[in-house]
Amino acid sequence: MSNHTTTRREFIKTASAAGAFLAVGLSGAGKILAMSPFSLLGNEAEGEIELNTFILITADNQITLFNPRPEMGQGTFQSMPALIAEELEVSLSQVTVRITDGQPKYGWQQWVGGSNSVQGSWMPLRKVGAAAKEMLIQAAAKRWKAAAADCYAENAKVLHRPSGRSLTYGELVADASTLDVPKEPKLKDPKDFKIIGKSLPRPEIPSKVNGAAIFGIDVSVPGMLYATVQHCPLIHGKLVSFNEAEVRQMPGVKHVFKVLRPMPHKSVEGVAVVADTFWQALKARQALQIEWDNTGYETISTEDYFAQARKKAAEMDGPSYDDAVGDFKAACKTAKKTVEAVYQTPFAAHAPIEPMNATALVQGDKVEIWVPTQSPLGVKDDVSKHLGIPKENVQVHVIFMGGSFGRKSYHDFAVEAVLIAKQAGAPVKLIWTREDDMVNGPFRPGMINALKGGFDAQGKPIAWEHKITGASLNGQMEKLDLNGKVDAWAAETVDQNTSPYAIPNRRQAFIWQPTDIPVLWWRSVYASTNAFAQESFVDEMAHAAKKDPLDFRLELLKAQPRWINVLEILAEKTDYRRQRAAGKSIGIAIAHSFNTTAAWAVTVSKNAGGGVRIEKAVSVIDCGMVVNPDTVAAQTEGNAIMAMSAALKPGITFTAGEAQETNYHQYPLPSIGETPPIEVHIVPSQEAPGGIGEPGLPPFAPALFNAVFLATGKRVRTLPVDLGSV
Amino acid sequence: MAKYTLTINEKPYTVEAAPDTPLLWVIRDLAGLTGTKYGCGIALCGACTVHLNGQPVRSCMMPVSSVRASQKITTVEGLSEDNSHALQQAWIEEQVPQCGYCQSGMLMSAAALLRAKPSPTDEDIDSALAANLCRCGTYPRVKRAIHRAAENMKK
Repeated sequence: MSNHTTTRREFIKTASAAGAFLAVGLSGAGKILAMSPFSLLGNEAEGEIELNTFILITADNQITLFNPRPEMGQGTFQSMPALIAEELEVSLSQVTVRITDGQPKYGWQQWVGGSNSVQGSWMPLRKVGAAAKEMLIQAAAKRWKAAAADCYAENAKVLHRPSGRSLTYGELVADASTLDVPKEPKLKDPKDFKIIGKSLPRPEIPSKVNGAAIFGIDVSVPGMLYATVQHCPLIHGKLVSFNEAEVRQMPGVKHVFKVLRPMPHKSVEGVAVVADTFWQALKARQALQIEWDNTGYETISTEDYFAQARKKAAEMDGPSYDDAVGDFKAACKTAKKTVEAVYQTPFAAHAPIEPMNATALVQGDKVEIWVPTQSPLGVKDDVSKHLGIPKENVQVHVIFMGGSFGRKSYHDFAVEAVLIAKQAGAPVKLIWTREDDMVNGPFRPGMINALKGGFDAQGKPIAWEHKITGASLNGQMEKLDLNGKVDAWAAETVDQNTSPYAIPNRRQAFIWQPTDIPVLWWRSVYASTNAFAQESFVDEMAHAAKKDPLDFRLELLKAQPRWINVLEILAEKTDYRRQRAAGKSIGIAIAHSFNTTAAWAVTVSKNAGGGVRIEKAVSVIDCGMVVNPDTVAAQTEGNAIMAMSAALKPGITFTAGEAQETNYHQYPLPSIGETPPIEVHIVPSQEAPGGIGEPGLPPFAPALFNAVFLATGKRVRTLPVDLGSV
Repeated sequence: MAKYTLTINEKPYTVEAAPDTPLLWVIRDLAGLTGTKYGCGIALCGACTVHLNGQPVRSCMMPVSSVRASQKITTVEGLSEDNSHALQQAWIEEQVPQCGYCQSGMLMSAAALLRAKPSPTDEDIDSALAANLCRCGTYPRVKRAIHRAAENMKK
């Protein structure tokens, strides 16, 4: 997930579409919250005027704001309208929020990932709101024959300062919508913010506590059939034959046919069963007898993968990223002492509680799809590519995701649903079972990180090398040959920009270990595996130098005031320097990802019967300006628990071509009782916003295991590990 | 296929289904109440939790043929549709849900807990909700909201 920077050109492209879709009417539109897939689509209610693409206002002053960022729990239904409403001068309690549907007029921002929503939309959506406000003020000034400078906006009204007259936005919108959209509207000074920076409630929460919220799996379309697919249990196997005639006779079954699950690098064949109800489809699937051809894939194993990656990491230097400084090898030769360590992190499943699903209807060369997705733009691309139809023929209904963590930006399941619906000639809801979700991936790639450091005679660190070794997401998806090349996306929390430890001779390298196991970004992507190695090794270096791990970091980060500030707040909030009782310890780690710096201090204590338990976790996070502090806290709490999952619970393993973990009994998630008290402290800042959906995750595991080392003397370098056994 | 009469949220539903159809799919696809979720299909994740005569059960592994018309099924929609239940209010006040998908099951397990133990301890909550999984990591807020609801119910 690249960090998408907004250019002025992109904003103008978005904003200049405004004014092109004007419709004038007068009747009011009802409140529409994300209650049904049909209203989520945003059927344009009669009487709404598009002031610009993201704002609809009725004559009776009902205001609808469009959220271009699909909701997966990260709070975009609050944060995106907050950006518009702040500049538009309306309160969030008086607006209705709708999701955009991938139409070009809503621009490039219609995706979520890379912790980008607030970062990427911060300026464009504020400008949308500010431009609309200026248009409304101009329209009022014109009507009053007054100077625009004497008018101001407040609470969905324009007021004339000298006379005290006022007009509602509803009374002005028809006139305002005929004006040119200002290209560079004046934005508010952050000190005047009324909405941004406040912990305001998320508008869709009430629908999520009474069953009213519609997730992808809840979509219902008239005449809809249900589908399930038996994919080849061996990843990438081919279909030879199956007992179509027999299964076709089972109750409720309408169709049994071969279907393709397309992935960027390969395709998987499977058998689709389409029936009147989902249970009938599942029962019929159990009766399938299928012959597969697994040639070439029956040997895939994660054990081999890790063994090969370890060998490469031991034997090869690998290509350096272009931020190397000094001469690492020469410095190692002069070093008085060197330290080396190899860290391993497992393959991981996203395992959102809502499994993959999509509902599709294909009529001729037109497709309509209801899908929980991180990117309607991606769905349009993928469906149009696989069906050979223009993108505008693909109508996407963006539905709430029941969790995603990266998974629902990979549209294998969506295209599969479309292919099934096309062949069935009816609307079809495809639901993957939990087992389908868990064994098919794609997964976070397992990684090997090999580090080496050296000290001079005074005990000062002078050499540092970090070799990232494993699969390349980019390489697999783009089918690249990365032998001798770095994966430019893989170095987050490792390169100098995101790990600015001042060591005079430093190199960062990438060593490619390709795999046929499908891989994908998983919350915080490579940062989730890199930072465990990076920050554990910083700790190992500190202990080798006989320095306190906090002091060691503070010394190497002297030139980085934001990092120093985060660490100092962390020390203060945890009373870090206090002597702790025997068997109790505090570990820290810090990492910068998605333009945010996050640190954790984890306190552990030894159990009487062996192992350790986590007593408390405290985070300090500097993400620049904040739209909603409560959302920052919620995301950071979630990141701690997802980090616990990847560090302490089993990973995904492959043996003889098959994933061995099939459901939550073999891939358990942390439970409520395993969750320690978590505190989140946000650094006050006027800097540009960083991300928040992911940056809290990477430093959690190293902080935990740095604490474990202090409590037990055991250095954990291979994950997962059971805390009861350390 | 057989005909079954079920009482869901105090309303009668007559459905036709194979006897082994899990109650979950009957509630969702035949009764049209989609608040109850599918997560794992083997009673591990708790997303499908409903009440049967007030007791929390995993509807994904309970065949429809085992449920009698006299037994009262309560789903999340039956807690209240207007969010007036103390737990729903506490859930909103604490802004518990993230994606929200597991929350129906959380709420149903929490409702059964509060009926049995109006003043639950942290340990009671950990035990009653041990098999309600949340991938977003809302657990700290779930715990706070249950305590808040317990307090509010006493007022």
